Amino acid sequence: MSTALAAIKGRLPEGQDLWTLIGIWALLLTVPFWLPMLGGYTALASKVLVFGLAAMGLNMLLGFTGVLSFGHAAYFGLGAYGAGLTLRYLVHSTPLAMIAGVLFGGLAGTLFGMLIARRRGVYFAMCTIAFGQLWYYLAYSWNDFTGGFDGLRDFHREPIGIGPLTLDISQGETRFYFFTLAIFAAAIGLMGLLLRSPFGRTLLAIRENERRARFLGIPVERHIWMSFSISCFFTALAGALYALLNNFADPLTLHYSLSGYFVVMTVIGGMRTFWGPLLGAALFVMLQDYISSMTVNWMSFIGVIFILVVLFFPRGLLGMKRRATA
Amino acid sequence: MTQVILFNVTNGLIIGAFYVLMALGLSLILNLSNVINFAHGNFLALGGYLAYTLSPTLGYWGALLISPLLTALIGVVVERTMIRRIYNRDPVYSLLLTFGLAFVIQDASRYIWGPNGLPMGLPAMLGQPITENLFFITWYRIFMVSIVIVTVVGLFAFLRYTRVGLRIRAGTLDLETVATLGVNVRNLRTFNFAVGCLLAGLSGVLAAGQIGLNPNMGDDLLMPSFIAIIVGGAGSLIGTLFGGLLIGMAAALTTVVYPAASEAVIYGILMLVLLIRPRGLLGEEGMFS
Amino acid sequence: MSEINTTMRRRTLLKAGIALGASQVIGAPFIIASRGEEPVKIGMVNPLTGVLSALAQSEVDGAKYAEAEINKKGGILGRQVQLLVEDSANDVGTGVQKTRKLIDRDQVAVILGDVNSGIAYAMSQVTFEKKVFHIVPGGHTDPITGTNCKWNVFRVCNTTSMDTAAITPELVKRFGKKWFFITPDYAYGHSLQDGFIKALTKLGGTYDGDFLPINNTDFSATLIKAKAYKPNVLLNNMGGLTQINCMKQFTQFGMQKEMALGGALFEIESIRACPPEAQAGWWDMEWWWDQPKVPEVVKFVADYRATAKKTPSARDWFGYVSMHTVRLAADKAKSIEGPKLAKALEDLELPPDVALQPGKVRYRAGDHELMPNIFVGEAHPPKSGPDDVFTVQALVPGEQAAGSVADTGCKMEQPA
Repeated sequence: MSTALAAIKGRLPEGQDLWTLIGIWALLLTVPFWLPMLGGYTALASKVLVFGLAAMGLNMLLGFTGVLSFGHAAYFGLGAYGAGLTLRYLVHSTPLAMIAGVLFGGLAGTLFGMLIARRRGVYFAMCTIAFGQLWYYLAYSWNDFTGGFDGLRDFHREPIGIGPLTLDISQGETRFYFFTLAIFAAAIGLMGLLLRSPFGRTLLAIRENERRARFLGIPVERHIWMSFSISCFFTALAGALYALLNNFADPLTLHYSLSGYFVVMTVIGGMRTFWGPLLGAALFVMLQDYISSMTVNWMSFIGVIFILVVLFFPRGLLGMKRRATA
Repeated sequence: MTQVILFNVTNGLIIGAFYVLMALGLSLILNLSNVINFAHGNFLALGGYLAYTLSPTLGYWGALLISPLLTALIGVVVERTMIRRIYNRDPVYSLLLTFGLAFVIQDASRYIWGPNGLPMGLPAMLGQPITENLFFITWYRIFMVSIVIVTVVGLFAFLRYTRVGLRIRAGTLDLETVATLGVNVRNLRTFNFAVGCLLAGLSGVLAAGQIGLNPNMGDDLLMPSFIAIIVGGAGSLIGTLFGGLLIGMAAALTTVVYPAASEAVIYGILMLVLLIRPRGLLGEEGMFS
Repeated sequence: MSEINTTMRRRTLLKAGIALGASQVIGAPFIIASRGEEPVKIGMVNPLTGVLSALAQSEVDGAKYAEAEINKKGGILGRQVQLLVEDSANDVGTGVQKTRKLIDRDQVAVILGDVNSGIAYAMSQVTFEKKVFHIVPGGHTDPITGTNCKWNVFRVCNTTSMDTAAITPELVKRFGKKWFFITPDYAYGHSLQDGFIKALTKLGGTYDGDFLPINNTDFSATLIKAKAYKPNVLLNNMGGLTQINCMKQFTQFGMQKEMALGGALFEIESIRACPPEAQAGWWDMEWWWDQPKVPEVVKFVADYRATAKKTPSARDWFGYVSMHTVRLAADKAKSIEGPKLAKALEDLELPPDVALQPGKVRYRAGDHELMPNIFVGEAHPPKSGPDDVFTVQALVPGEQAAGSVADTGCKMEQPA
């Protein structure tokens, strides 16, 4: 037994404790039971997972490679539209819609990443913002195809069936939550593997000291491009899930304000940690839900939170904890 | 036919002039301090709203003069209290900070002046067309363009011929050396930020006369300003000037043939530039890589 | 030294934050338990922030006014009414999320909303799935009571077909049949223009026009084109801020000397935001406060002004009617279950103190659309008071403007 445990422990990412992992998963698996007691509701938890996945995808680029993209909502939205358009125009199949969404967002990111891989810092961020807005503009102008300003509608998630086994996720909040959780688990399992691999280590090296990495012969631009591309695929997956959650895709999922939310979730939770963005997403989504019910001036509160986080909590919640134990 | 051509050229200049004013302010702040001021559109709105509040007491001309200065003052306060602390950090923080600031300012504007649109009163003579034939050119448009020209010329002259301007230009290229030469870099940055906000506030007053006031008025001008900077070349103010005029003209000319695409063409130019010449038309290689 | 201080500051902040969160969590169930009888909860989702906030706020005001009025008179079926308002922030994801929150967590019996038609539509999918009664006070897109009509969805405001069909005969009669359209390029704009074209061609008219981006600020190019076309009437189909700017530029260019100006909706919130020279043209109002011949209206306006400190607009009326509709339906059905409410509301006629206008105002059974009068008239700078900016010239009965149920494309399916 102890050897098995030791083996599992050996394969975990840096700083992960087996019991923490078990604790996190226990919490996630039992959400539909304890969340309503706190004044939440299951659809909110699904949203937390979706946004958490998107933020974790962004974190691959931002926290682990040290490159700032402020336009990641574009890939999120493209994932959503990809899934929605497939369900509406092509075929009533949820798995295919998800694949289409992931490919759409991921490929757009890959192609764009090629264009700007040589830029850095603030200018890189500006280009990502502008690129995101381009898709936003396309989505709300192309009325006939995308539903334009009003969004893409008239599609809904289909039951997934393979022969006699059918998983009906079209009704019921709880069932869809567990479906999302399953996809989430698979995705971040993959992400964890990637980050643990030599590729992931190289990204860390680039983050810590780009020049030195270059001197070591690492093709920096190519790695940045790959990191950008992979993070876009993950974020696009989150977008596809979001379209399925709402049975709707709308242009605001492409807007830079959503990009800003993703970045703040990553920062609040802890940019350089693995689980940080999920925690940040949970905090942010719940806070926004709570505050916007209390007051019309919720925008001020959210803005103030952004400012406070930047000024006083730059390392985020998990980042602080790590610093305390280091 | 000549009417149409004349009209479109002047219209392009007017739209372009607006984009230029906004983009220059944004560019100034970006070049020296490496900060993308997401709240720039909201400073524009503030400038407009302040003019609205001041014009009963100071008259239109007084408001035109004072409210950009007030906006600059607010910019100084913001820079001193918040932005100053994050200069040497990862750019993600400055983006988040100005982003949060944008939310706060927009909500504050809505809270103070209400969610409804407000009309901005203009002096009567400005509202008239200049001639019967050229009915689409009102005096106000000419006035706007003149103010923009004066401001832009003034800005470039300031940067070229004054000591502070020289320091700002030098700081854009190499801030460390400027600091070692004994220049108070902190004050320089504050001043630079204030000038950027002044330009935004001025745009706001001018915009208010044209499109009225509402809390979201700055949002639609923010993206074209970004694009003007990228197209013109980051790090180059002249580039921003050209970028703004270019996209303004493009938007106006597209309205003749296919009005629904007048916004799309701006993004089209952006993609073209990023594909063919990523550093921008007048940008320098190595500025941001 | 300073590092320790900042660390301690952070810890304190963190503790405070956790305490705040905990207090909300712990406090909530106790607050609910202490309430006596369970109230009837009605949830309203509206874009209280964003470009539509002025209109949304008016709807909320009207609904809150009605809530107080209903509770003073004994509530619904003897239970007090509680209105829960959530902000959709003009974002579909948020609107759908809040709808789910109101239904799952707060257990509302009825959902109201949204001003933004796209959000209203997305919400209707959720309410349909959960079999919750849904009234759309002010979202105008036609499919909500047309091709996508649902048994649980009712609407107070007009369809674009109604608004366009009401004013077209008046404009043709007064000014002529050659028209020029300025239309925003999205679903609402397109449906407005289509409605106008249909009504105009029936009267033998001709037209030309331009589609512009939704956020267009400069109308010079299209106004020049309009001037060259020499129409009898210029139709301004733009919405919100862009509508005001189009008006301003129209009058700036002196074009009112050559052609009339008109359109479908020009809401009082927008008229107030115009400079005096742009307060002009011929429009529909979906309800208007100045009806001296209807005593219920005079009383309502006086009471509303005293309580809410403003003159009620059509949007206030939408909110007001929506709340009272729930009461009327519940009284008739003797229940607050969705399917029963829906059944009771079909063909239900509003009493004069709710309808607040002459004639029969009812919810048509075939498509669940309310059939009020459409107030056609002319906008002008304030005359006797700041809200006297519109003079009604004709009252068109809604049913006359709406056409038949078959025209709307609605095929209502009753709940299983």
